[in-house]
Amino acid sequence: MIPLNLYILVSTGLFSIGIAGVVLRRNTLVVLMSLELILNASNLALVAAARAWGNLDGQIFVFFTITVAAAEVAVGLAILVALFRRKQTVQMDDVTTLKL
Amino acid sequence: MEGPLFYLFSIAMLACALVVIIARNPVTSAIFLALVFFFMAGLFVLLHAFFLAAVQVLVYAGAILVLFLFVIMLLNLPREEGRHRSPAGVLAFGLTLVLLPLGLGSLAIHEGAVPASMAEPGTTENVGRLLFSKYMLPFEVASLLLLAAMIGVILLSKKEGK
Repeated sequence: MIPLNLYILVSTGLFSIGIAGVVLRRNTLVVLMSLELILNASNLALVAAARAWGNLDGQIFVFFTITVAAAEVAVGLAILVALFRRKQTVQMDDVTTLKL
Repeated sequence: MEGPLFYLFSIAMLACALVVIIARNPVTSAIFLALVFFFMAGLFVLLHAFFLAAVQVLVYAGAILVLFLFVIMLLNLPREEGRHRSPAGVLAFGLTLVLLPLGLGSLAIHEGAVPASMAEPGTTENVGRLLFSKYMLPFEVASLLLLAAMIGVILLSKKEGK
């Protein structure tokens, strides 16, 4: 039996890797992928806690988190494609102002 | 068997996550992100969350990742050229990676909560029973959310001047 705190530790490690990716990378696609890492980290923590508490509410939460993540990725990538059509770049350094 | 598998899956998952944020080519990042999703599904199976493991592979690796790859191929991005790395940035990266999990994890080490052995497994039937009784309202609202996202994406991808 793996104790709960080890799962939380792995989740925290994955979360911090995701945060590092969001903060340090300039390619918008990689930033969106790092966001998925963050969401997966919290999913792992929720499922591990659901098993520790003995009910399935945490797993229902993860079900909805996955749904929201799918919707968010779709909209984020649509924004990215629309931005690329305008500016021909996906580097975040080129879209630092609100001017199109 | 569960112990070695847990360590194998977690360390492999963290290694693949590191490659995701470090790789120059976005396709490399996407492929290793797929590996992260698969190892995460393996961890879900170890936690007896069988339905969620299947949903994870289907939705994350099968839909979200494919969407990422579509966009990468559509935009036809060149490989990112190596920029000059500021030492402060690398230091921030290293500190975030090392200190945050160690710091937070050390707070939790003394409390060794063992997972309940009498917990109901997360089979499709159990999750479905809960989803359609206690969590019926969020289920329906989630469908509205997906509709809103779909409308938003269609509007965002219309060509200009149409």
